[in-house]
Amino acid sequence: MIKSYKLRRGLANTFIYIILAVLGLIWISPLAYLIIQSFSADPEAIPQSLLPASFGFDNYVKLFTETASLNFPRWYINTFIIACFSCVISTISVLMVAYAFSRLRFKSRKKFINIGMILGMFPGFMTMIAIYYLLKAMQILDLKGIFGIPGFDGPILSLIICYSSGAGLGFQISKGFFDTIPRALDEAATIDGATRNQIFWKIILPMSKPIVVYTVLTSFIGPWTDFILAKIIAGDKVDNYTVAIGLQKMIDVDHKNVWFKRFLAGSVLVAVPVTALFLKMQNYYVEGVTAGGVKG
Amino acid sequence: MRYIDYMQLNPFQRFGYNFTQFFKKLPGNLARFFKFLGRAIVHFFVAIGKGVAGYGKRFVKGDIFVKISYLFFGVSNMVRGQIIKGLIFLLTEAAYICFMIFFAWNYISKINVMGTAVVGGVEQKIPHSLGYVAKTEVFEDGFPVTKFVDDSMLILLYSVLTIVVTIIFFAIYIANTKSAYKVYEAKKNGETIPGFKAEIKAFFDEKFHVTLMSLPCLLIGCFTVLPLIFMILIAFTTYDKSHLPPGNLFQWAGLNNFGELVNFAGGDAKARTFLDLAGWTIIWAIFATFSNYILGMIVALMINKKGIKLKALWRTLFVVVVAVPQFVSLLLMAQILAENGGALNQLIEMITGSHTPIKFLNGTALSARITVIIVNIWVGIPYTILITSGILMNIPADLYESATIDGAGPVKSFTKITLPYMLFVTTPYLITSFIGNINNFNVIYLLTGGGPSNPDYYNAGYTDILVTWLFNLTMGEKQDYKLAAAIGILVFIVCATLSLITFNLTKSAKDEEAFS
Repeated sequence: MIKSYKLRRGLANTFIYIILAVLGLIWISPLAYLIIQSFSADPEAIPQSLLPASFGFDNYVKLFTETASLNFPRWYINTFIIACFSCVISTISVLMVAYAFSRLRFKSRKKFINIGMILGMFPGFMTMIAIYYLLKAMQILDLKGIFGIPGFDGPILSLIICYSSGAGLGFQISKGFFDTIPRALDEAATIDGATRNQIFWKIILPMSKPIVVYTVLTSFIGPWTDFILAKIIAGDKVDNYTVAIGLQKMIDVDHKNVWFKRFLAGSVLVAVPVTALFLKMQNYYVEGVTAGGVKG
Repeated sequence: MRYIDYMQLNPFQRFGYNFTQFFKKLPGNLARFFKFLGRAIVHFFVAIGKGVAGYGKRFVKGDIFVKISYLFFGVSNMVRGQIIKGLIFLLTEAAYICFMIFFAWNYISKINVMGTAVVGGVEQKIPHSLGYVAKTEVFEDGFPVTKFVDDSMLILLYSVLTIVVTIIFFAIYIANTKSAYKVYEAKKNGETIPGFKAEIKAFFDEKFHVTLMSLPCLLIGCFTVLPLIFMILIAFTTYDKSHLPPGNLFQWAGLNNFGELVNFAGGDAKARTFLDLAGWTIIWAIFATFSNYILGMIVALMINKKGIKLKALWRTLFVVVVAVPQFVSLLLMAQILAENGGALNQLIEMITGSHTPIKFLNGTALSARITVIIVNIWVGIPYTILITSGILMNIPADLYESATIDGAGPVKSFTKITLPYMLFVTTPYLITSFIGNINNFNVIYLLTGGGPSNPDYYNAGYTDILVTWLFNLTMGEKQDYKLAAAIGILVFIVCATLSLITFNLTKSAKDEEAFS
């Protein structure tokens, strides 16, 4: 009896191993295709077979040297600048809101939390189009070289503003973290004469390193992965593209026949750092998504 | 029905029971909602009444300087030694008046007609078949010069801005009268009046929340709330390609745009497109949400099954797909599925030897729609695995053990234990992802771009969902902004309702003080 039970379990497990292996193959093979073909040194622009005949770094080199029509390095720098600025602003506003909601007790605090949660649930799509109308009407999108910095054009400034302005609504995770820090610490500090400002800087922030790191990383990754807002704002101003719309441009009807493999190489260059950062903080991500849900 | 009776029903009876219960409870719930709404409105007016009463009381009770402060801000503060605070109040008033006279009045006075044009030095509206034209040919030094007079867009934008500024100004005004009365009382009772430094200090201690909240609130107000108001207003105008400022004016159009969308009987292409796309959006959202949810959970169960080794490896295999930026994986998938040179067609050719490539994305409507849903499964399952793994581990193992002893197979334990448990715990997540799929721009736009196109539709294709249609109307050739805004509002209402349901579901289960 025991023997047959073991056998049955063994069979079931083997079956599951087979399914998992097949599924894993299906899930990972497009990405493997992406990486392998990006190193292809075949003469054809569009791969004619699943595996390239020869390998090399041609696509990567061309991506950074042939920048006359599509300037990938510039898009990379654009995205990097946008990511840095919006990361700083977002982090500051998220931490400020989270601290206020978690530690300070003031009139209509509950109301603010509820309004924040409801606003945060609305899809960002509606506001994006309206923001585009607004920026267009105020002629911010056509600005060139703001503050005299070459390349710091209207769309880039607009994207920085858009990515960081709504950040305050994402206070949930940080607030949850702050809530777990014992209030006795605050009370002790208050008795010793610390102001709330000092408590924030000298007690709460040093204890919240993981959540600060998480906030910094997510707001840094945001601009690298966003497609739609950048598409709306940058429009046809090719110089102000971010990597996302730049890569899409590479495979449109006019460019695909030359740029396809460089698109693959560019995708690898964008995906590798983002993937690495994400895998580092996937647990926080899960917490963030389920934060609104009932705890099991 | 008692709990024990409920437990004896089969799934279909339970579903029917819940279904009827939902509609039975609906009137009660609706009544409760309106009661809540009514109470909120009453509270609102009571608060206003109290505010007005306080406003009057302070005016009557205060001395002459308090009364002057009602017209000239900050006088009471200045007289009683709070010079800087008083000056700030006074300057705010001056700035607001200047703002109104020199800037805002020019726009807000034209909000009803959305602008006029100048002809021969006299302002007048010029009727035009497309609305009102704001440009006019003026001769300067013998050459015709086009002069743009008004820009409807700016009129609308700055009018909304002016209203917001006015509301903020009103709040400052009330704060001013309160402060004026407070220092008067303090002086009368012989209390010490805090200096400017002390007041600033308070913003880092007792009033620290004001310091912390003001910047984020300002940003959210400007870039989330203001655009929403603006978007809503656009839907009630004639703003489109032929009414494009500057050069043309647009007008208020009432409910015309919504009328066009729901004019199903008129045989209008817009109404037909709207109806078809709305239907497909719902089908898409249901399939996309539930296929990912159920299949993802099954894979997660397989990975987490007792006795399966290398759990971390299997998990990582799937999670990598989440980690790769979505636009990269979707653009890549579109290329892999391409008709010419697509990797999948090459693979099929290698295996079967057939030379006719399959049109996954640009064939018939049905094949494109199925492909989109399947690719979405590829994109979405890893998310479900990531989210549900933790919760699945929390299901007590003895539940499964006793089920096995009672003779339940894996399928039965899944439908009887796992699914009910998960549905209970993750309903908010399910609703959120349903909303997310209604607005799932990326998957549709990056895979098919809405195609294959349908000439009978108004600027849309078979796989377009409402938000991608909205996007095409705005950014494409048509530039039908007013219609896009109207669609936006309709989608917004649906999503807002669902959001509020989620919010109510989660609110009850929150205990934020649990740890502190």
